[in-house]
Amino acid sequence: MRGRRTVVSALTILAITSVTACSAGSLGSSEDTDGATKITMLTDADEGSQSDAKAMVAAFQKANPGVVVDVQAKPSGTDGDNLIKTRLQTGTMTDVFTYGSGSLFQQIAPANNLAALTGDAAVAKVDEAYLPQVSVGSDVYGVPWGNAFAGGVMYNKKVFEQLNLQVPKSWSEFLATADKIKAAKIAPVIQTYGETWTSQLFVLGDFHNVAAAAPQWAADYTANKAKYATTPAALAGFEHLQEVHDKGLMNSDFASAKVPDGLRLLASGKGAMYPILSGVLPQLEQVAPDNVDDIGFFALPGPDAATNGLTAWFPNGVYIPKSTSGPKLEAAKKFLGFVASPAGCEVMAASNKPTGPFMVQGCSLPADVPQVTKDIQTYFDEKKQSPALEFLSPVKGPNLEQLCVEVGSGISKADKAAALYDQDVKKQAQQLGLEGW
Amino acid sequence: MKRLSPYPNWFYLPGAIIYAVLFLVPTLLSFYFSLTRWTIFDSEFIGLDNFVQFFSEPALVKGFVNTFIYAVVTSGAKVVLGMALGLLLTSQIVGRGYLRAVVFFPVLVSTVGVGLTFQVLMNPERGAINAALGLFGFDGPGWLTDPSLALLSVALVDVWKGVGLATVIYMAGIVSIPAEYREAAKMDGAGPWAAFRKVILPLSWPATSTVVTLSLIGGLRSFDLIWAMTKGGPGFTSDVIASVIYKQYQAGFYGLSTAGNVVLFVAVTAVVVPLTRFLASKEVNA
Repeated sequence: MRGRRTVVSALTILAITSVTACSAGSLGSSEDTDGATKITMLTDADEGSQSDAKAMVAAFQKANPGVVVDVQAKPSGTDGDNLIKTRLQTGTMTDVFTYGSGSLFQQIAPANNLAALTGDAAVAKVDEAYLPQVSVGSDVYGVPWGNAFAGGVMYNKKVFEQLNLQVPKSWSEFLATADKIKAAKIAPVIQTYGETWTSQLFVLGDFHNVAAAAPQWAADYTANKAKYATTPAALAGFEHLQEVHDKGLMNSDFASAKVPDGLRLLASGKGAMYPILSGVLPQLEQVAPDNVDDIGFFALPGPDAATNGLTAWFPNGVYIPKSTSGPKLEAAKKFLGFVASPAGCEVMAASNKPTGPFMVQGCSLPADVPQVTKDIQTYFDEKKQSPALEFLSPVKGPNLEQLCVEVGSGISKADKAAALYDQDVKKQAQQLGLEGW
Repeated sequence: MKRLSPYPNWFYLPGAIIYAVLFLVPTLLSFYFSLTRWTIFDSEFIGLDNFVQFFSEPALVKGFVNTFIYAVVTSGAKVVLGMALGLLLTSQIVGRGYLRAVVFFPVLVSTVGVGLTFQVLMNPERGAINAALGLFGFDGPGWLTDPSLALLSVALVDVWKGVGLATVIYMAGIVSIPAEYREAAKMDGAGPWAAFRKVILPLSWPATSTVVTLSLIGGLRSFDLIWAMTKGGPGFTSDVIASVIYKQYQAGFYGLSTAGNVVLFVAVTAVVVPLTRFLASKEVNA
């Protein structure tokens, strides 16, 4: 008797869980309520992304009373990539979603999965420089979400003033600066391998210097003709990381620290230089609101001070999946048009201090942006910037962060890691069906 | 002669359909897809390229070695500790019921929850474990950040979490040994150590073989705890086969990761089938 009861209760549990699983899966089928078209939107789960999305939706709904947008959350990083791909594949994607532009965008098979917006009013105001990042052939699929940002070094200006240091323009100056900071018992270079993606900055943020030394490199790299391990300018990023480790220039808790820990270290003046994406600026405002203007930004220096410049990242895109149709599609396009308009830029600028220029015509930065943004804008104004490799080539291997962690932790050496990364990208190139691999 | 079945054929149909749809078809499909390069929508047949690629994966050798280290360390520790705790908890100890419940409790907790908790406890600078060691004047290591320690730290947590199950199996094994054997051994003048070696140990062999098989299979395909605690890091130093496969899947190399799963399936079978045969042959009749 007892056995049977267990079976029955097990079945009940199974039934309950499968019912809830169903209702979670059928997100796209919510019916129109009181005449308004209801659409869903998916964006990153972190606080900054959620508040951006909610502010944008609130302003949009005010301007378009007939549409209701429901904001949902997804994990960031590779877990989130997987969720996006799976939901696109199964036709259960939300009506609007944010996702990377450039090489990440190419990986979700846009022509098969996304609604084309070519010629639509929604993309009319998008900056020309941005369009290739969300296009396949001549078809456009998205609009920019937020502003451009940069990969480089956040530094503590107060520490630099106290020690009478200048912003380094070449790698040898960078090392000399780091030595002086170390002599003052301050951690010169902050690394945070508790979040592995942060380890890649020395390589990815160095791309302006690679492009300066070899302008054709990105195209050769895509065509399987140039390699990290065999191009000295490209290998330099890995070597710099190894040098920083070998010379003992890192903070002592580099192996477990996360981004907020690194930012706290930087803001408190216990660390001086943090190679990172400027996109973490909102996090800096959260962990150290009083010190935001002590922090400045400079580009990762290369061999030559004369070609010093910034590696820039384009903003994520907002896309509509093919599975969205009818009134929902119209509402979604209306939403994208609002995002890519001066009104949309204003909402973004108010919700979140911009970390670089907007990619929408008619948008300008507000006057009260933080020092980091001003420093980045200077590079843009002086045209001393070039896009990161992931916007010039679809080839990006998944294991770069682990390989960089190994070099930065002293587990592996620069040349070995670069050679392994060259093997790693081969899989990606084959998966994308590129020619020459 | 026609074999008589107590049920008509249609009686087996529901089970057969569920089995075919949920197990048989996906298994066969996975063998096919392991031979293709497939993206979100289409697949291209590429023969054995995925297997060639999988075996040339630099992280793979490390993953294989780590998988076996992890499986052997966790199942070895579970056998020894499970046996010791089993003996303790079948003795006339005060609060036996409570202690039995407590040792089983970690088995019931979510693995990911345990992993995240220990990730915080094992933080080298701010974790409770190193803070406690600091009170006694020890400088605690970077449990999860030291490349030579990370895998063993995860294995340690796995043992803590899983030893309850081994203990329960041993308790059942020890309790089922008839008291006459121990009494007879006592009559023959066997001390406690001899009684344990000559009576308890051989007669609880079924329990040992169950524990070894279960924990070895668990160890070979272990993933959740490692992923929650280190994600295979730092670098690739605590990667196991399952985490290598998962990372390939995450990167969108679906064909490659399917090939990896086929390899894992073959590897687990190749270890476990001979092992269960061997363990069964060592069984003695009580």
